[in-house]
Amino acid sequence: MSDDIPPPRVALVGNPNSGKTALFNALTGSRHKVANYAGVTVEKKEGNFHSPAGTRVKVLDLPGTYSLRARSPDEAVTRDVVLGRMDGEDVPDAIVFVADATNLRLALRLALELKQLGLPAILALNMMDAAEKQGLGVDPAVLSAELGMPVVPTVAIKKGGIQPLLDQIDRTLQVAESEGWAVRRTECGWSEPSSHQLRDLTREVERILARAIHAPAQPHMATRRLDKVLLHPFAGLMILLTVLFLMFQGVFSWAQAPMELIDAGLAACTDWITASFPDGALRSLVTDGVIAGVGSVVIFLPQILVLFFFIQVLEDSGYMARAAFLLDKLMGGVGLHGRAFIPLLSSFACAVPGIMAARTIENRTDRIATIMIAPLMTCSARLPVYTLIIAAFVPDHDVLGGWVGLRGLVMFTLYAAGILSGLLVAFVMKRTVLKGAREPLLMQLPAYRLPHPRNVLLGLYDKGKAFLMRAGTTIFALMVVVWFLASFPAPPDGATDPAIRYSIAGAIGHALEPLLAPIGFNWQIALALVPGMAAREVAVGVLGTIYALSDSGDSLRGSLANVLSHSWSLPTALSLLAWYVFAPQCLATLGVVRRELNSRFWPAAMFVFLTTLAYGAAFATYRIAGWMTGG
Amino acid sequence: MQDTGKTLPLGTLAKGTRAEITALDENAVKTPLPKGELERRLIEMGFVEGAVVEILHEGFPRRDPIAVRVADHTVALRRAEADAILVRRLDVQKAS
Repeated sequence: MSDDIPPPRVALVGNPNSGKTALFNALTGSRHKVANYAGVTVEKKEGNFHSPAGTRVKVLDLPGTYSLRARSPDEAVTRDVVLGRMDGEDVPDAIVFVADATNLRLALRLALELKQLGLPAILALNMMDAAEKQGLGVDPAVLSAELGMPVVPTVAIKKGGIQPLLDQIDRTLQVAESEGWAVRRTECGWSEPSSHQLRDLTREVERILARAIHAPAQPHMATRRLDKVLLHPFAGLMILLTVLFLMFQGVFSWAQAPMELIDAGLAACTDWITASFPDGALRSLVTDGVIAGVGSVVIFLPQILVLFFFIQVLEDSGYMARAAFLLDKLMGGVGLHGRAFIPLLSSFACAVPGIMAARTIENRTDRIATIMIAPLMTCSARLPVYTLIIAAFVPDHDVLGGWVGLRGLVMFTLYAAGILSGLLVAFVMKRTVLKGAREPLLMQLPAYRLPHPRNVLLGLYDKGKAFLMRAGTTIFALMVVVWFLASFPAPPDGATDPAIRYSIAGAIGHALEPLLAPIGFNWQIALALVPGMAAREVAVGVLGTIYALSDSGDSLRGSLANVLSHSWSLPTALSLLAWYVFAPQCLATLGVVRRELNSRFWPAAMFVFLTTLAYGAAFATYRIAGWMTGG
Repeated sequence: MQDTGKTLPLGTLAKGTRAEITALDENAVKTPLPKGELERRLIEMGFVEGAVVEILHEGFPRRDPIAVRVADHTVALRRAEADAILVRRLDVQKAS
């Protein structure tokens, strides 16, 4: 084929859990990229492969759906692309409809709907190996004759398992080409079906199944047995809590070593630049702005990868739907959807991926409620601040008869305060600004499957890349702005105070001081909060600069704790902890909210309500602690 | 056993019950969805007249939501919406 003819495009369409993404991975391997569709925050996964006949074929993985009548933004993309209504997307030249062979009923109804489009289509009977194990006897030839499209069995996770599909794609594309791509048309034969038409389609499916299936699949017994335990109202919840605990543990302990490695690497980088280049604005921009700023985000990559590893495995195994089932009623108590738990869980690592994970919530109101409370889950960027202040002010005592350390207890209280206030905010919001009944829960509980390493790794790769891209663009830009504010204008000759005091950030800090005095913050804290907007833990470094310490890393924290314990009062320290529970000052979070909800209102509202809560909590803490310590 | 012929909302049934769907009536429940939407979604998930369902699992608290086996697959839904599905009991495994 010559280069000026665009390669043919094939779209993968199918129900959720049909193994569509596994098939996509089998077709394209790592030759794919993830982007966004124009104007919507739905992931667009596109890749390419060479067919056996040597044609380069582009393949598009469309979001899973049960019908072309879209329920969520994701499903709307699937409908709009296959109907050719999507801006900037041509109608695909052919559709590969992916059906879980063990679960044909729902799949075939959608296949019949797709057939009305008139596009060349292929039905891939995926997971054929599992279906055969369950005793399914299906006649592809009968199915093909009834549906009027070629039917090929596939096993996406086995070598050679997609060969029949590749051959069929070649045949289908050849026919389409010989007909001059006659199907690239504007009119299409689909209109939103009424409930009557849906019932007719269902009856048609039953008729086809009766003819094509000669031995029905037996129920997946392992799934039934596992569900007896995993969906048990008591045992199931206990297991879910254990899984969450292990995840949490994994995020903090497994990620420890690589994080230290990144930290050391960044420090070495900074040292090298400091040693090799003359002092000046440019060097400061590179070390204090770029490396310190972007580095403070990149350092969370190990944690995010561990977290996404767990999420991907739970998702691929089919457990995630069970978790949503178990938590639906409990979360419903405060008006949240069962699906909200994944975004909230992710937010304990970082609110940015958490907010992005909220895309799976169909209803916009439910989604906004989830996004708004995501920053209240204590993200790991707040840990350095907590650790510093706890080390400085909380004695290393054991309480409760030596079972629990006081420091650990304070840390736990801070996490719990975040979670409880998040639930409270959700409760209030769902009764005021975000009124409306919850979106119905209508969710398939798929059979349990062993996650396939290739799919888990490719999923991780995409997620990690998306996170780094964000760190490399949005967050980078923010860091440069904050660095500028903290560096200019330069201090006058003979200045005695730290340079940042004379900068714009210093001026902002001073302007804020009277506002923050009622909650016990001195000018040093006020000043540290300004660069803390770029990334919370940067505040620790700034405090170090202000108190004129030249150490870095852990030793900084150690000696800084020492200095702080002498220069701050206990009420001030507690007040700062209370402030950080709500910590409204993360620009990356606000930026991602703006992007995900495509709104300026919600990030503004988030900033205002978090600041109000932080101020109120810090004020109350300062006053009560002051009264109790007799100050 | 004596009430086998009576029509009941699916949402009122206990775990272990098997039943056959006799009708869908979304007007029987409160839903935030536009008219006709819940019925169509239910059909798309396999809840159609004649389908045999079985309540496999119940959530916590208040035994909500429920996991229902429909033909060959399992769907989780809340009792509130399950009430839009009218069924006739096939058998009762446990007297409750």
